Amino acid sequence: MSLYPKLPSTDASALTRKDFQTDQDVRWCPGCGDYAILAQVHKTLPELGIPRENFVFISGIGCSSRFPYYTNTFGMHSIHGRAPSIATGVKTLRPDLSVWVVTGDGDALSIGGNHLIHALRRNVDLKILMFNNRIYGLTKGQYSPTSEKGKKTKSTPMGSVDYPFNPISLALSAEATFVARSVDVDAKHLGAVLERAARHKGSAFVEIYQNCNIFNDGAFEYLTDRATKADHELRLEHGKPVRFGPNGERGVALDASMRPVVVDVATYGEDRLLVHDETNEAMAFFLSRLVHPDFPTPVGVFRAVERPTYDGLVAEQVDAAVARGKGGGVQALLDGGETWTV
Amino acid sequence: MIERSTEILDAVAVRFAGDSGDGMQLTGTQFTETTAIAGNDLATFPDFPAEIRAPAGSLAGVSGFQVHFSSQEVFTPGDEPDVLIAMNPAALKVNLADLKKGGILILNSEQFTTKNLERVGYASNPIEDGSLANYHVIQVDVTGITLRAIQELGLNQRAAVRSKNFFALGLVYWLFSRDMQHTLDWIDQTMEKKDPTVAEANRRALRAGWNYGETTEAFAHRYDIPKAPIEPGRYKNITGNEATALGFLAAAELSGLELFLGSYPITPASDILHALSRQKHLGVKTFQAEDEIAAIGAVIGAAYAGGLGLTTTSGPGVALKSEAMNLGIMLELPFVIADVQRGGPSTGLPTKTEQSDLLQVMYGRNGESPIPVVAAAGPGDCFYAAIEACRIAIESMTPVVFLSDGYVANGAEPWRIPQMSDLPKIPVVFHTQAEGFKPYDRDEKLSRPWAVPGTPGLEHRIGGLEKQNITGNISYDPNNHDAMVRLRAEKVRRIADRLPPTTIHGDPDGKVLVVGWGGTFGALRAGVEKVRALGHRVGHVHLRHLNPFPNDLGEILGRYEQVLVPELNLGQLLMMLRARYLVNAHGLNKVQGKPFKESEIVRAILARLEA
Repeated sequence: MSLYPKLPSTDASALTRKDFQTDQDVRWCPGCGDYAILAQVHKTLPELGIPRENFVFISGIGCSSRFPYYTNTFGMHSIHGRAPSIATGVKTLRPDLSVWVVTGDGDALSIGGNHLIHALRRNVDLKILMFNNRIYGLTKGQYSPTSEKGKKTKSTPMGSVDYPFNPISLALSAEATFVARSVDVDAKHLGAVLERAARHKGSAFVEIYQNCNIFNDGAFEYLTDRATKADHELRLEHGKPVRFGPNGERGVALDASMRPVVVDVATYGEDRLLVHDETNEAMAFFLSRLVHPDFPTPVGVFRAVERPTYDGLVAEQVDAAVARGKGGGVQALLDGGETWTV
Repeated sequence: MIERSTEILDAVAVRFAGDSGDGMQLTGTQFTETTAIAGNDLATFPDFPAEIRAPAGSLAGVSGFQVHFSSQEVFTPGDEPDVLIAMNPAALKVNLADLKKGGILILNSEQFTTKNLERVGYASNPIEDGSLANYHVIQVDVTGITLRAIQELGLNQRAAVRSKNFFALGLVYWLFSRDMQHTLDWIDQTMEKKDPTVAEANRRALRAGWNYGETTEAFAHRYDIPKAPIEPGRYKNITGNEATALGFLAAAELSGLELFLGSYPITPASDILHALSRQKHLGVKTFQAEDEIAAIGAVIGAAYAGGLGLTTTSGPGVALKSEAMNLGIMLELPFVIADVQRGGPSTGLPTKTEQSDLLQVMYGRNGESPIPVVAAAGPGDCFYAAIEACRIAIESMTPVVFLSDGYVANGAEPWRIPQMSDLPKIPVVFHTQAEGFKPYDRDEKLSRPWAVPGTPGLEHRIGGLEKQNITGNISYDPNNHDAMVRLRAEKVRRIADRLPPTTIHGDPDGKVLVVGWGGTFGALRAGVEKVRALGHRVGHVHLRHLNPFPNDLGEILGRYEQVLVPELNLGQLLMMLRARYLVNAHGLNKVQGKPFKESEIVRAILARLEA
């Protein structure tokens, strides 16, 4: 009984990144990490085989939430923190659409924390891109829920006394079925992670380290500077030993009390290293606890498992009920129950 | 067999009262259904505590259900019951003040023990100390007789005692010459499968109650209330929340849209969520959200995606939803916020009724934020008001507030079953033309196009930032903002141009016009009728549309010497009318969590006549 316009879909195979650019001036600060992420998303979308009219981008409030204006799909720049709930409505009503949420550390983890964790536990088929710059940019430089303890900002002149969230641990604890991390300027890695997220059936949470060059410049320099990157970046690969360093000479292992330790692969032995398994939730959580500067920073896919989606299950129940229904529509319902005639 | 006369009465109000565990709501509902089938017009007032299980026998745990039935048209549940059934001392204490002097008082004597009496603050037993001398007291050992009637079924004491409400029901059926068959059928259908022994116990208790009336000499008379002159048709009993759910389902069918409900449980609105969750066979999708905000957020998403969005809540939920309501106003998307009002502020009185959210839904948001508001006047009217809310939302591409209240939501009345084929369709046009598409272009209603995802060539972005007129691009231009604020207001105002002329009940001009809205309808109509019967020229206008007001309202207000605005708040519609029309209207205001009594309305009108 749906009324949706049944027009032939456009040809997805002919799409290029240009088709996803809009005529709006991009108004992020020059040098902002958001530009690199926007470019990678525009590069990824045409590769998915989805007609452009079936993409919907929903954002909240914050610098990152300007994103839909710069992406030529259906989109909504909504209100602070609520993008996951709005996207849940879009996807639940219309499972045929590819629905994306673009959010930031303040939008997703502070004012919108509740919606994020519930979207993840329900496994609504949403692609949630959380740009983490560990600062409030749009409101000009207050600390965020991912700012490190002791952070001096306009609202914390003596240093923040808040303990930060670990977004990957949070997403995993919220039962997310796909959890990954990448870095704004690592185009190739980010592109690959975005594509995997896009192809995941279910909630996909991607934390993207993003540099705010105005209010928190260099927050992730240790990961992006060529001189230090190899010493700090741990690239997760399913089925491969967990190792890092310019020549992969270091690795991560468990000590006797199940704590992570960084080891020298040559002396410790490669066969004793942890082997990454995206389907092992304990492994994913363990890896999420590797935090700079004591440990290398894992990037890539922490967790990828299949679980029925919320929108799919809702549609299944409705379809089953419709099939079992006796017809007659609302009139049958009105006529039902105890009635009498006067 | 005792020879007894049957007295014919015009109207009777009966109140069942007991502990919340005593099944008084069920008893009242059964009596209501049987009474409706017997052909009386009726109105009900269920009144129950907020506590799920208040301590047994306590004043806080008293639950009541009043049924007013008549051979004439009934507008209210009745001011003072003629019959009170009190299942324990607490129920007596809470309800006695309302009982009509000389009324019948049926007491479950077994419960009037020293301990139970002391517990609710009775220094002596009212049955013995003469304090009930003004009433016709009938003491019945309800518990004892029930237990004896069902003892051979072998139920344990606790389970057996629970049948005692059926004894009370049987006795009242006997008193009012009612057929027990409806309740016996109901027991067959709902209880037999679950537990045949309990079903049989309830049947026996019901018959024992009837037989007690038949054999005891306590009652001098039986009563009969002849059928009321009711418009021919098929009827059913319906509560406001049931009719609300049906109304939204009907609107979905009339528009051809998929209904999407996003909701968070809240008293007294949750029953709408329950009702719609059961109708998946009609293609309804229901989403129980993590909070009130997510509920309306999902609805906005569904509206954007081309569904008929609905969120159901009560006053505290509206407070949480207000930011998202404003987003909906800015996005110009069609959906409905159904507010089943309760006593406030804050958590207030969750199970009690009030009309105090009007100003909240009108003005409780940042910026110039016009939103259409419709109100349901009674249980059955919720059906039509819900359809009207959806029609306005779709026609004008705007969120709309539907107002009900606890009294309307939980009250039941006999309802003539509507025919879907009699109801006008709600036309929906999804925009498909890519060429020249402008998201904030407008038609003669000032509605913008509904362009849903999945439509090639209509990719566009909308949001909470101010839009440039027509294109919908972000704009900070001062004159554009001024123009957009006025456009959004004018769009809502133009809804009034499509409304039918206002119906005036009673005299079309004269001394006093009574203006009301929402669930006070019955009391206002009954009160106006009473005063008119005394020979006064009085009119009654009950507003369905609170925003925009009907175009003819100002002129109508001017036809009367006095305007009286009774409301279950401190004068919210009153403030709006005075501000809009500069009319010297007067309020009658009550915030006791209870509906108006007919007598209160009569007194207020008479006072205005003398003023």
